[in-house]
Amino acid sequence: MKNSSLSNKHPLDELIRTDRIPHIWCPGCGVGTVFSSFLIALRESGIDLKNTVVVSGIGCSGRAAGYVKLDSFHTTHGRAIPFATGIKLANPDLNVIVFSGDGDLFAIGGNHFIHAARRNVDLTVICVNNFTYGMTGGQAAATTPSMAKTTTTPKGNSESPFNLPHLAYASGATYVARWTMLHARDLTEAIKEAILKRGFSFIEALAPCPTGYGRRNKEQPLQTLKIYQEKAIIKNGANPAEADIDFNKGIILGKFIDIKKPTWLDTYNSIYRPQDNSDIIDAA
Amino acid sequence: MSKNVNTGEYFITGDVACAEGALAAGCGFFGGYPITPATEVAEHIAARLPDLGGVYIQLEDEIAAIASVLGASWAGVKSMTATSGPGFSLMMENIGLGICTETPCVIVNIQRAGPSTGLPTLGAQGDMMQARWGSHGHYEIIALSPSSPQEIFYQTIEAFNLSEKYRLPVLIMSDEAIGHISERVIIPKARDIKLISRIKPKGKKNYFKPYQPEGHLGIPPMADIGEGYNLHITGLTHDHKGYPDMTPEGQEEMVNRLIKKIKDNRDDIIRTEDYRMDDAEIVIVSYGVSARSSLAAVDIARAQGIKAGLFRLITVWPFSELRIKELAKKIRGFVTVELNLGQIHLEVERAAGGNAPAFLVGHHGGTVISPETIVEALKNNF
Repeated sequence: MKNSSLSNKHPLDELIRTDRIPHIWCPGCGVGTVFSSFLIALRESGIDLKNTVVVSGIGCSGRAAGYVKLDSFHTTHGRAIPFATGIKLANPDLNVIVFSGDGDLFAIGGNHFIHAARRNVDLTVICVNNFTYGMTGGQAAATTPSMAKTTTTPKGNSESPFNLPHLAYASGATYVARWTMLHARDLTEAIKEAILKRGFSFIEALAPCPTGYGRRNKEQPLQTLKIYQEKAIIKNGANPAEADIDFNKGIILGKFIDIKKPTWLDTYNSIYRPQDNSDIIDAA
Repeated sequence: MSKNVNTGEYFITGDVACAEGALAAGCGFFGGYPITPATEVAEHIAARLPDLGGVYIQLEDEIAAIASVLGASWAGVKSMTATSGPGFSLMMENIGLGICTETPCVIVNIQRAGPSTGLPTLGAQGDMMQARWGSHGHYEIIALSPSSPQEIFYQTIEAFNLSEKYRLPVLIMSDEAIGHISERVIIPKARDIKLISRIKPKGKKNYFKPYQPEGHLGIPPMADIGEGYNLHITGLTHDHKGYPDMTPEGQEEMVNRLIKKIKDNRDDIIRTEDYRMDDAEIVIVSYGVSARSSLAAVDIARAQGIKAGLFRLITVWPFSELRIKELAKKIRGFVTVELNLGQIHLEVERAAGGNAPAFLVGHHGGTVISPETIVEALKNNF
């Protein structure tokens, strides 16, 4: 059937390395939806995309850097944030966005997260939280709910998960929000705000991992989305301390924190070179 | 006068001279973490760099330090860090990322005695093989070893030049004695310092391949972030476009290229120094602080009628294999002097290929080796 209004082009193709598609994400995976929200937010934010760089660590979500058609870096496991910190401080004109997963950002990279938030480095950190290590086949993570089954917690997770918004807030983040990939428009809006926010901003995006997590916990992909719909409690301005993830009592979503603070560079410049705001030495 | 070049004559430590060398080379970003005996490098940079428009940041650990250095380099700024053994161990994975992504930067290791926390305030040269092979996989590295504060000043500049020219992290493998000794250091005028910067790409941005080798050295030009090239840079095995290539063929191509760019240019990279080598029958091979003891040992030995000479490795990696091979055919033997139990010694022995015996004068670290100990070894073994 011929239809001139049909196009082979996806509306986000300009931001995608189409020569790298098909992507690696499994059927039912939520990373792609978060990635789409991210790309729409990038475009709608109106920032200069030539001066925008995406940094990922390792894992399924970490592959996002490989698909976005901007300057993009796929670094080592857990180290996206310090890598991004170096970029931002060396060239403050760049918009620096970290897109990675919960295992990468909060287990192996947890120390870097809290310190970058404490310093208020002007970064946007988007964390796809699927409660597990997807790339390696579904092991327990620092975000895995208590008693959830994974390949390394066959009888249930004996540990407690991080409350990521609370951690981000306590560490000093100036913008903190949580949505699920089902709430794609809210998520897009939040990412847009975070990108435009001056300071360390953090978005947690809940996303299903049916292959690694769902099937061991009796959740079909659509069931996970149904849980996201039924258990969501949208509460902007909620106290992050109450935002722990407990599916029995409901999952609090929304924008929790949006405050102003001088960034690391603002403070550094004001103390160390109050007279002079010259640019950093250029290697070229 | 350039503010970054502190032209003049000073009495300073090796650590401070290293920092001044970095600034003279145009270093604009330092990702630091305190560790004895390298802390003074960071302290000096932290005080001087902001006035020069650069940034010093102290990270939460050495892993973050090296990661930030790699990121800053891609933002177009000459970047470095300085550490000692425990921190060097933590940096290993990201040194591999730097090798694989061909990221210019400088890493200084003011070595102390290990293993583990070891002797934090006392020197050694025990990380030489770690410098060579510490990150996983097979690769080539460049490592320099200074024998004085004056030399660490120049070597730090040289390290930046080599890193920009060959696109890889370059290591300065110094030691506590050189880091902490105070000596006369002459800092030349800016115009007398030769600086090299990464080659920038030309041509259409859409067709740029970030890992396409170019020029007689075979080094890909490097675009910085924000220049409109839509770079994709990954630590995965990648093709010339920078895209992951998960095939044995892709692996072979990439690893060979990373190795070849150093191996094929060894003559340009390697610097060594001969002392009384013309008629030497016994050749002392040494580097760093141990080369100073060795130099004195040569003179003492010569005064006693022993025809000794010193072959000093200024560049330790890549190893001066061919020179050792040649020497082995015409001398009585080698004595390698180093503050470990035989790391470069084994390289000398390997390169000598049985044509000349190779002996070690080394110990576990914690103090320097005296010239007398070396002369004694020359007498006992030959």
